[in-house]
Amino acid sequence: MTCSPKHVGLGAVAALWAATSLAPLPASAAWEPSRPVEFIIPAGPGGGADIMARTIQGIVTKHNLMSQPMVVINKSGGAGGEGFLDVKNSAGNPHKIIITLSNLFTTPMATGIPFNWKDLTPVAMLALDEFVLWVNAEKPWKTAKEFVDAAKAANGTFRMSGTGSKQEDQIITEALQKATAAKFIYIPQRGGGAVAVQLVGNHAESTVNNPNEAVSHWKADKVRPLCVFDSKPMPYKAKITATMSWSDIPTCKSQGLDIEYLMLRGIFMSPGATKDQVDYYINLFNKVRQTPEWKDLMENGAFNQTVMTGKDYADWVANEEKRHQQLMKDAGFLHTN
Amino acid sequence: MIEDFSSLFHGFGVAMQPFNIGVMFLGIILGVLIGVLPGLGGANGVAILLPLTFSMSPTSAIIMLSCIYWGALFGGAITSVLFNIPGEPWSVATTFDGHPMAQKGQAGEALTAAFTSSFVGALFAVIMITLVAPLVASFALRFGPPEQFSVYFLAFCSFVGMSKEPPFKTVAAMFVGFALAAVGLDSITGQLRLTFGFESLLNGFDFLIAVIGLFGIGEILLTMEEGLSFKGRSAGINAKVVWETWKRLPRYWMTSLRSCIIGCWMGVSPAGATPASFMSYGIAKRTSRNGANFGKGEIEGVVAPETAAHAAGTAALLPMLSLGVPGSPTAAVLLGGLLIWGLQPGPLLFVEQKEFVWGLIASMYLGNIVGLIVVLTCVPLFAAILRIPFSIIAPIILVICAIGAYTVHNSVFDVMLMMVFGVLGYLLKKCNYPLAPMVLAIVLGDKAEENFRQSLLASQGKLGIFFSNALVSTIMTLGLIALFWPLISNGLARLRTRTAA
Repeated sequence: MTCSPKHVGLGAVAALWAATSLAPLPASAAWEPSRPVEFIIPAGPGGGADIMARTIQGIVTKHNLMSQPMVVINKSGGAGGEGFLDVKNSAGNPHKIIITLSNLFTTPMATGIPFNWKDLTPVAMLALDEFVLWVNAEKPWKTAKEFVDAAKAANGTFRMSGTGSKQEDQIITEALQKATAAKFIYIPQRGGGAVAVQLVGNHAESTVNNPNEAVSHWKADKVRPLCVFDSKPMPYKAKITATMSWSDIPTCKSQGLDIEYLMLRGIFMSPGATKDQVDYYINLFNKVRQTPEWKDLMENGAFNQTVMTGKDYADWVANEEKRHQQLMKDAGFLHTN
Repeated sequence: MIEDFSSLFHGFGVAMQPFNIGVMFLGIILGVLIGVLPGLGGANGVAILLPLTFSMSPTSAIIMLSCIYWGALFGGAITSVLFNIPGEPWSVATTFDGHPMAQKGQAGEALTAAFTSSFVGALFAVIMITLVAPLVASFALRFGPPEQFSVYFLAFCSFVGMSKEPPFKTVAAMFVGFALAAVGLDSITGQLRLTFGFESLLNGFDFLIAVIGLFGIGEILLTMEEGLSFKGRSAGINAKVVWETWKRLPRYWMTSLRSCIIGCWMGVSPAGATPASFMSYGIAKRTSRNGANFGKGEIEGVVAPETAAHAAGTAALLPMLSLGVPGSPTAAVLLGGLLIWGLQPGPLLFVEQKEFVWGLIASMYLGNIVGLIVVLTCVPLFAAILRIPFSIIAPIILVICAIGAYTVHNSVFDVMLMMVFGVLGYLLKKCNYPLAPMVLAIVLGDKAEENFRQSLLASQGKLGIFFSNALVSTIMTLGLIALFWPLISNGLARLRTRTAA
């Protein structure tokens, strides 16, 4: 790394810091962490949330964005319940934040582990993760319709590989079955990377991997994207393969599959945090977003770069919880005792 | 191919720069320290030290990280041999003969054998990576759920009937292990099971906590009962022990070669280093002329698992680089490190990032040589630890064990759990129940179950899937042969005597 971009980065950061620290709230000294901040990942190493959290840790360390170190800890037990309970039980400890995926909703609903997002303090939505329907590139299906027709003809023997059980990938699979009357055998794997390899190795007919889980195989022409489960195509125009960019993948809706699903990549902190403390982290993540490393991550993973804080964020989460309640109920995934 | 070699030599040039050599030594020493502290483990260690590398160039950073990885692999053997505490899952099999050797006063020999075997295993795997990388990567793709299950099946089978205890006790211990492995989230249905509403049981029983308790604490309790001193105190310590041991090692070339092959295969498949070490130990015990002495301090019993574990640990980097699937938690953190440097593992890494890949491979050769030099020079030092009076070292071991158990999930509950396992380990040992099958079941039980059920989901309940192609059928058949080997060999022997008569 040469000197100049670093200086520009630091300059931008300094400017931002000045702007934000002058603008809100009276002169009472803004809150700052006084000991290392624990950054909890409610998922195992190597997955999407883990990669994002570790990238953030790298950015914070490299650009000196925090006076205290940031420590990343995986707490993946009980489908992430371990991590959420840890933060829930740390009321009044502002040195603990957590990155979420859809298991924020699905884990308590499917397992009955006692927590709810309202137990935590919402900080910020960093981005939304897209879902894409992938098939092996050796297979003849070029469009979602051809694939669905083949799945119907196969009479319920098509295998859909996905991350975890009763989580986002299986919810989408359920929605797909409902929308098309095709039947799939859903085979849960531990993480997105393993799911992608199952597809490349022809141990499954399809997956709904996030972009960054499948991109390296797509680049090598091993897998083929059929459609994205979003309301509009992804905005990234840089070519990934010889002929296609992320923006060339049609929406599933345009292909006759009326399914939309995006996954929250957001930050929460322990219960009972003050406004000062929440603002500190919002500010921190604003700075993280300005760095070139973050922009690379967003582009590589073709993320939907929607950002929210405060009431907007809480409302969005509340709405999403309702939607998941319905989706989980329809699929018969709710925990019963 | 020629082009690849020139890339490799270019890689050597980069890795040989004085700064990078320095980084290598630093990485190895840090790695050994990490490996020595049980529980801290390679994964945590690499994660903690990752930020250290941000101020370096990408190549130096990767060299440092991979050297920490090698160091941790080497270091895991030290506590296994000296204190019967395996720092990593794949060191468990090393304790079977390594620790008895230390008790007989041969700690130096055991450590030298362990380190040298590690080196041989890793070197074999690196050479394989250099020569046949693309071929091997496509082989890894053939492993779906049934194939994975068959590998675990083979690991379990090559282990049954190995113990000198009645088979019933082995099976009982194994099933206790399976039951413990089942606690926590059932990954196929997404439901919690056997947690009885206790939040602390959400994670299930972590292997490391069980092992630190069963082996480490259990061993200390036994030692206390037997007179508050290490049996290995009389160990003669001098630098010549390395040469003396090296003179003996070539005799076991057959075991080494077989372990290398098992290790590479397991690492690539990617079942990982743990089944590799157990399987290799099991097979060595079956085939060795000294098989009956295994478990009492046979040097071959150290060579077999260590060689296989390191061949597997090294070979596991190949699927990580070419497919993006880490073969171990440590490899997963290493993967995170690559991503931060903008290197996307995948089929194209070998094409797009040639310089980096061959630099990494060159650093594997050099890192292992540096590692071997560092750890071998320290053998007398490590062995001398056993000379410290038990009353001083035992509390230190206890504290290190407790810290290790705590760091796994940052939870005090785990420390108490470790103590419970310690008492359990002591009792089981007193009643002559073998601990190894139990540990094997805790480590691999849930993975084997998961792959078994994934296979049956795909086949819609038909067991035929485990014999559906040549690859899976071969491995399953090997497993069945291993399982019934005592009967088969008996039958063969009887047949032979009959024809002779």
